[in-house]
Amino acid sequence: MITTIPQSAPFKWSYRLYVTLFFLYLALPLVTVCVFAFNDSVFPSLPWDGFTWDWFFGTEAPRIGVFHERPILRAIVTSGVVAFWVSGLSVIVGTCNAFLFVRHDFAGKNFLYILMLLPLIIPGIILGISILVFSSSIANALEEATGLWFDGLRPGLLLVILGQFSFITTFATLVISARLQKFDTSLEEAALNLGATKWGAIRQVTLPFLFPAMLAAAVVAVLMSFENFNTTLMLVGSDAPLTVTMFDRLKLGSTPVLNAVSLLLIIVSALLGLLSLVLKR
Amino acid sequence: MTSDKSKLGFILLLAPLLIWLITLIVLPHVGMFLVSLREKTGIREYETSFANYAVFFNEPLYWNTFARTAYMSIAATALTLLIGFPVAYYIAKLTRGRTKTTLFLMCLIPFWVSELVRTFGWMILLRETGVLSSFLQYLGVVSGPVEFLYNDAAIMTGLVYTSMLFMVVPLVTTLDSLDDSLIEAGYDLGGTNWSILREIIIPHAMPGIVSGCIVVFMLSLGNYLTPILLGGKDSLWFTGLIYNQFITRFNWELGSAFGFLLLGLSSLIVFLALKLSGQSLGKTMGR
Amino acid sequence: MSDIPDLECRAVSKSYDDFQAVQDVSFSVPKGTFFSILGPSGCGKTTLLRMIAGFQNPTGGDLLIKGKSVLEVPPNKRPVSMVFQHLALFPMMNIGANVGFGLRQLGVNKTDIKAQVERVLERVGLGGVAERSVSSLSGGQKQRVAIARCMVLEPSVLLLDEPLGALDLKLREHMKVELKKLQSEFNTTFVYITHDQSEALVMSDQIAVMNKGAFEQIGTAKDLYYQPQTAFVAGFVGEANKYTAKVEAAAANGLHLVTRDGVHLRGVDTGDRLGQGDTAQVFVRPEAIRLSRKSADMDQMANTGAGQVESVLFNGANSQLILRDARTGSELNVALPQTAEFRDLTKGDQIHFGWEADQTRCYRQGT
Repeated sequence: MITTIPQSAPFKWSYRLYVTLFFLYLALPLVTVCVFAFNDSVFPSLPWDGFTWDWFFGTEAPRIGVFHERPILRAIVTSGVVAFWVSGLSVIVGTCNAFLFVRHDFAGKNFLYILMLLPLIIPGIILGISILVFSSSIANALEEATGLWFDGLRPGLLLVILGQFSFITTFATLVISARLQKFDTSLEEAALNLGATKWGAIRQVTLPFLFPAMLAAAVVAVLMSFENFNTTLMLVGSDAPLTVTMFDRLKLGSTPVLNAVSLLLIIVSALLGLLSLVLKR
Repeated sequence: MTSDKSKLGFILLLAPLLIWLITLIVLPHVGMFLVSLREKTGIREYETSFANYAVFFNEPLYWNTFARTAYMSIAATALTLLIGFPVAYYIAKLTRGRTKTTLFLMCLIPFWVSELVRTFGWMILLRETGVLSSFLQYLGVVSGPVEFLYNDAAIMTGLVYTSMLFMVVPLVTTLDSLDDSLIEAGYDLGGTNWSILREIIIPHAMPGIVSGCIVVFMLSLGNYLTPILLGGKDSLWFTGLIYNQFITRFNWELGSAFGFLLLGLSSLIVFLALKLSGQSLGKTMGR
Repeated sequence: MSDIPDLECRAVSKSYDDFQAVQDVSFSVPKGTFFSILGPSGCGKTTLLRMIAGFQNPTGGDLLIKGKSVLEVPPNKRPVSMVFQHLALFPMMNIGANVGFGLRQLGVNKTDIKAQVERVLERVGLGGVAERSVSSLSGGQKQRVAIARCMVLEPSVLLLDEPLGALDLKLREHMKVELKKLQSEFNTTFVYITHDQSEALVMSDQIAVMNKGAFEQIGTAKDLYYQPQTAFVAGFVGEANKYTAKVEAAAANGLHLVTRDGVHLRGVDTGDRLGQGDTAQVFVRPEAIRLSRKSADMDQMANTGAGQVESVLFNGANSQLILRDARTGSELNVALPQTAEFRDLTKGDQIHFGWEADQTRCYRQGT
């Protein structure tokens, strides 16, 4: 079943048909979402009532477009703030982890490595509730002891950021480690040999080499943070990020403004995703 | 002097990792476990007991939902593997150069998009007033609107769709690393398509199959959006029960017990999958 | 037994859109022959071998195995087996399962497979390793397992795609002898492709030299070395000093040529019917050139000259001298006889040289 092995024509054609159907299956929901962003109807469903830009630029209820819909704009800003912090933190910690796991040998390294991978296989919703339970019990204990309020430890943006950070860091670590492993340490040795200090060598030689991977990890982190739902749902307070806001709308049934938001998300995600791939090269 | 300095550097590198893992992974799970052992005996009075776990085992709705979530997730994993494998094979072995990159990207793009958007797409397609129903009416296959949402098939469609990438990518990666000459050697020695698939391709792809299956299984088990949105209020997914206990009923003790049971189940199944296939977590997940 | 050759190619061609990889190759390999196809990389030899194995389809001609055309036979049904360049041993199976793979496909029962696998492994000198993993073997042992894996199926023809290429030099020398021994033991027809002339010369009964998709010459190692029929073969097989010269006079007993530098050469026509005024390529083997410190010793030679030693490339019995011709300033490669007479030659020494006309092989300059 490789190109050099002759196969019967019906087999080849049915295989191709299968792969084509598969890609149709992949594209179908996304295309549907995008198409209905332009339907001139208050429901994102058939019949098709003609083409409109209202769900992007509309200003009057019920046809308020994305760009004039306050709650959604606010949710996008919230998501952006969360994504910024998550991506920054996870890249910093991920870079440290990469140096630790690639460059150092120490007792318990394997154990820590496995522990580091665990967030990949812990369901997101459980990460969410465990952090919720833990932070609340700390808040309770602190409030009892001091009599002060510790709102930061109650559901809210700080917890959302920590919750997302807790598993996105694993991805950042893997992406950055992969690049660091390819680094030829003799380059660093050459820098030391030419009189650089240890830190100077890392700063001038190793970090520039790692930079594309760090940027890729940051982009991946932004993507994952933007689209995260399970962990966020358990930790969210009054300021809801975009996915949670959309989820609430979706449960109630909504106008095609959601399709318009989705279309924008698809475009931005695809661009960011491609960017991360280019950077990882 | 230098060793002191490098020791300091080592500690500075180790610190963020330990802080992250201990405060956000280890302690919260220990804490959750402790909360799950608390039995509320009065206002602000608790006792340590397995009462919450007893509630789970004594209430058929709970463990039925638990079992249902488990086997639906296993079914979704198997289905994803069956559907994804031929596609991954096609991309890895039957295409080259630009076609390969394009097909691979076409697989990736849907998954950079939020799961919510993907699920929303399926809702528009499947609901009573949706695209599929209208299309069938247009064709004259059915006479009135048909509801395709809110059943197990809809949940399955959504789960398979949502997890597909996590199966296809590791499969493409491992199949790509299979040297064509091994397949040629298999044919040269008289092998058939089937025997080569069984004896050469699948054994080689095993690490990819295992890591794909683990991730897909975890994603299905821990999924909340797809069952709720495509399966409706009565979708009976275990994550839904956890959400209800935490957010609606505010019974954190029972919710924690549920969470721990789900974690236990997923760890058990991942452990079994690794043991049965002779793989290790570091090798399959570390990429 | 019978005169039907094990393998016969009739005007086999393979062309791609803009490139002819193999053109009109015809040859036949009698049973039990070690047949090599020797050529530089990119000459089309791998394509030819893969067409015989069935992994590529010829665009013209016919392929016959034991007298029957196999063009319509898929690779898994062809009675040929192949040893791949990187051996392609299955890493997911142990050695026994590797060797038994083909038998399993035929549906042979388990006990028979086990017995046959053990027997063939013993024949290649690897008895008792069936349970071990492929990675536990050395390079040479893997080589033998790869051959055993094919031989257990008793193929009509065994194809070998430069299997020694990945080995280090010493092991390669050893495996050359070993392969030849295995071939005569199994008495199976081997078709071996390589770009390494010494592999081909040492092991083969018959060698085909391939260049740019076509066969230049088929013959024994000696034929190719002493009677190369084309300029390519003369240049590719063995070493040679090469001149380009114009034919001054052509007579029955030989040619008289003059190089651009004005050196007069006397040589023989190899069958290209060179005439006066034609441009010829002239080849002289380093070991055909005699050396002497006295010019009188060279009186009997058809071609003579004198020069200065540029350098001595000492390599035991294969030592060479590089001389600079006093008249033309061109370099000349000469085998250095390991006799007391020349042992003290050093750079800068003056020396006379000469060779016979029939060691000077002339070919028409390629167009």
